[in-house]
Amino acid sequence: MGIARRRFDCLVIGAGGGGLRAALQLAQEDLHVAVVSKVFPTRSHTVAAQGGINAALGNALPDNWHWHMYDTVKGSDYLGDQDAIEYMCRVAPRLVIELEHYGVPFTRLDNGRIYQRAFGGQSQNFGGDQAARTCPAADRTGHALLHTLYQQNMRAQTHFFDEYFAIDLLRDEEGFVVGALVLDIESGEPLVIEAKTTLLATGGACRIFRTSSNAMINTGDGIGMALRAGLPAQDMEFVQFHPTGIAGYGMLISEGVRGEGGYLVNKDGERFMERYAPKALDLASRDVVSRSIAIELREGRGCGPDGDHVLLKVDHLGADLIKKRLPGIRESAMHFAGTDPCEVPIPVAPTAHYSMGGIPTNLHGQVVAPERHGPEEAVPGLYAAGECACVSVHGANRLGGNSLLDIIVFGRAAGEHMAEYIRENPYNRPVADEAVDRAMQGLSRWDRKGDGISVADMYDRMSRVMEQNCSVFRTEEVMAEGVKRILELEEQLEDVRLSDHSRTFNTARIEALELGNLMEVAVATMLSAAARTESRGAHSHVDYPDRDDKNWLKHTLYLKDGHVLDYKPVRMRPLSVEAFPPKERVY
Amino acid sequence: MSTFRQFSIYRYDPDAGGEPRMQSYRLEIPDGSRELMLLDALGMLKAQDESLAFRRSCREGVCGSDGMNINGRNGLACITPLRSIKDPVTLRPLPGLPVIRDLIVDMTQFYNQYRAVKPWLINHEPEPEIERLQTPAERDQLDGLYECILCGCCSTACPSFWWNPDRFLGPAALLQSWRFLADSRDQATAERLDDLEDPYRLFRCHTIMNCSDVCPKNLNPTKAIGKIKAALMKRVG
Repeated sequence: MGIARRRFDCLVIGAGGGGLRAALQLAQEDLHVAVVSKVFPTRSHTVAAQGGINAALGNALPDNWHWHMYDTVKGSDYLGDQDAIEYMCRVAPRLVIELEHYGVPFTRLDNGRIYQRAFGGQSQNFGGDQAARTCPAADRTGHALLHTLYQQNMRAQTHFFDEYFAIDLLRDEEGFVVGALVLDIESGEPLVIEAKTTLLATGGACRIFRTSSNAMINTGDGIGMALRAGLPAQDMEFVQFHPTGIAGYGMLISEGVRGEGGYLVNKDGERFMERYAPKALDLASRDVVSRSIAIELREGRGCGPDGDHVLLKVDHLGADLIKKRLPGIRESAMHFAGTDPCEVPIPVAPTAHYSMGGIPTNLHGQVVAPERHGPEEAVPGLYAAGECACVSVHGANRLGGNSLLDIIVFGRAAGEHMAEYIRENPYNRPVADEAVDRAMQGLSRWDRKGDGISVADMYDRMSRVMEQNCSVFRTEEVMAEGVKRILELEEQLEDVRLSDHSRTFNTARIEALELGNLMEVAVATMLSAAARTESRGAHSHVDYPDRDDKNWLKHTLYLKDGHVLDYKPVRMRPLSVEAFPPKERVY
Repeated sequence: MSTFRQFSIYRYDPDAGGEPRMQSYRLEIPDGSRELMLLDALGMLKAQDESLAFRRSCREGVCGSDGMNINGRNGLACITPLRSIKDPVTLRPLPGLPVIRDLIVDMTQFYNQYRAVKPWLINHEPEPEIERLQTPAERDQLDGLYECILCGCCSTACPSFWWNPDRFLGPAALLQSWRFLADSRDQATAERLDDLEDPYRLFRCHTIMNCSDVCPKNLNPTKAIGKIKAALMKRVG
C-alpha cells in the first residue's frame, strides 16, 4: 500500500500543555520533533483551565513543597504514588518560575512577584491553616500558559502537524512503539509517522459523560490507542466531578471563585458546607464538595423549579475584585446563566471534569505495563503525560491547581527521558507494513456503507449510561446495570455506520473515530468502578461507604482483551522523606 | 409545542465537485430546551446531516475554533445565543480566507501573520533565580491583549486585510505585537518596531474598526495598533 511515511526522532501526540512542554524540551535538545494535534494547538483543552497552577513559592503565605506534598497525598485519599508526588511538588516552584520566564502573564503582588490564591485542600504545616499556593493569570491561567508554550515552540521551530488525527500506535514484534498512523484531516489521507519515541499527551476523556466541563475534543484518544495496543488503563473508576459547573450546561466555574471568597448556598440560603466540612468549608476537597451538593439536591434543598442546582454567591466580593481577578468566569456566567455574578449568584451543579486514571507511567513519563517481568515494566519507546496518563499523582481525587502542574512537570520529565532514551537508541526501528495494515483497519472500518446506528445516536446512548450508572453516587445495583448496558453498546458499536464517506475535512469521520475511543474509556471506567467495593476519593460507593485500606489500597489495571481487571500496589515510599501513612481524611 | 428555526448555510465540498451553494435547513427546537447557543443548533443539524462541516472544541468561547460569519457579522457560534439572531440564520465561512469545506476556512495565512510578529517574550539577560519582577501596574498593561484566542474574527472582518492579505499583518497579529511591546519584561522593542516600519505591515490599518466591533472577547486591536503607531512616531520624533 502506498501510504506516505515521515520519519522523526520524537512524535508527540497532543498539543495541550503536556505535549507542548515535552516538545519544547525536545526541541531545545536539538531533536527532530513532530507534534500531531487534531486541532490547532491553542484550541486544546488546556486553554480552558482557569484558576491556576500550584507551587509552594510562599509568595503570599508561608509555604513549603513538603506541605504541598502532604496535601496532595491526603487529597488523593492515599491512592497517589508518593514518589511521584514528592517529585512533582519539589520541582514545582522551579518550573513555575521557568514558565514566568517563558512569558506567562501571571497576576502580580505589589512586590512584583507572582500572586497566589487559596484553593481547595491546601494547608500550611501538614493540615494547619489554609495555604495560598495557586499561581494564576487572572482566571485564564490555562489560556495564558498554553499560548505561551505554543509561542515558545514557534521560537524553537518545533514541527507541527496541525489538524492531524492519530488513529493508532504502531508496535513492532518486540513490543517497541515505533510511531503512529495518523490521518490528515484536511486531505483525508493517512500518514505513517515513524519515531524513535512516541509521547501520548491527548488529555482527558470526560466526554464519556453527558454533562461535562470538558471540551468536545476530550474523547480519550490516547487511552483508546493504548488499550488497543494491548496496554492497560489504570484507576479509570476515579473521575472527578467538579462541584461548580454552570447548571444545565456543565461549563466550569473555577474553584478560584471560592478561593477568592465565594461560597455555596442552598434554596434556604443556608451556607451548607458548614455542615459537611466545618473547618475547610467551601474549600474542602472537590470530591467532598461535589458529594455535599449532590446530597443537598437529593434531599430537596436544591434551587430553581426543578431543584437541580445550588447557588454560588460572589456578589459580596464586589465588582472591582470580580472584574480584576475573575473576569473569565464573569463572562461565562453572563453567556450561559444569563446573569452578572456581580449582582446575581451563579446557578451551579457538579459536572464531570477530570480523569484521574489513565495510561500508567513512572515518574519519567515512561508507560509501564505488566508485560513480562513485573507490573511496572517500561514499554520501550512509549511515553504518556498529562490527563491521559496516570503517574499517579492524583490518586482517587485531584486537588485544584495540580493538573496544570502535572502537565508541566511530567511533560518536561517525559521530554528529558525521551532525549536520554534516544541517546541510547539512536536509530529508528523498522515499521512493518503489517503493523500499518492493522492500524488502517480502524480507519477503513468507517468506509462501510448501509443502514446502521448513527454516531450521534450511539454517543447519546453511551453518555447517558455513564451519567445514569456511573455518576457522583454509585450503588452495586446501578453499576451492575451499567456494566450490562455499556457492554451491549460496545457490541453495537459494530453496527454504527457513517453516511458521509467524503475525504476532505470529513468531521463526521473524526467523530466516529472519537466515538471508538470514548467507548473504550467508558467500558474501562464502568468495569473498574463496578469492581471496587469501597469508597475512596471520587469513587463513592453507597453500599460500601468506607475506605477499605486492607483490601483496596491498590491501583486498578484494566485490559481491553477479555475485559480483564488486574491490580498493583500503591507506591507508598517517597524519594527522600518519610511516607505519609493513610489516615482518616477530614476537612 | 416545539418551535422551528430556519437556517441558510454555505455549503462547499470539493470532493463532490460543483459550486458553493446556500442550503436551507429547518430545525425543530423541542419545548423545554435550555437556552441554546448557535453551536448547539449546529450540532443538532449535524446529527441530521453528517456532511455539514464546521470546527468546534471548547464550546465556551475560549478556544477560538468556531469563528464564522453569522447573519453578516463575524462571531463565535458557541457564545451566540440562538434567540439573539434572526431567521433565517445565515451562516457563511469567515470572509477573505480560502474555504476548505462548508464553514471551515484555511487559516494558514492568518497563522503566518501571527508568527511574523515573533509573538514570544524576548529577554537577553540571564535568567534570575526568581520571577522577572513586574508590578501590578506593569502587568495591567497586558490586560486586553493577552486574552486573544486567535479565532480570526477580527482580521477576516478587516477590509485592509481583504485587500492586502499578503502585506498587511492584520489586527490579530498586530494586537499580539503590542502585547509583547507592552510587556515590561520584553527587551526587543527596537527590533519589533523596525519590523513594523513599512507602508503595509502596520500602516495599512485605516482605523475602520471592524476588528474591535466584532471581537468576541471584547478586545480592541485598533487601539493597540494606535499605540504601536504612536511608539513609532515617538521614535522618529
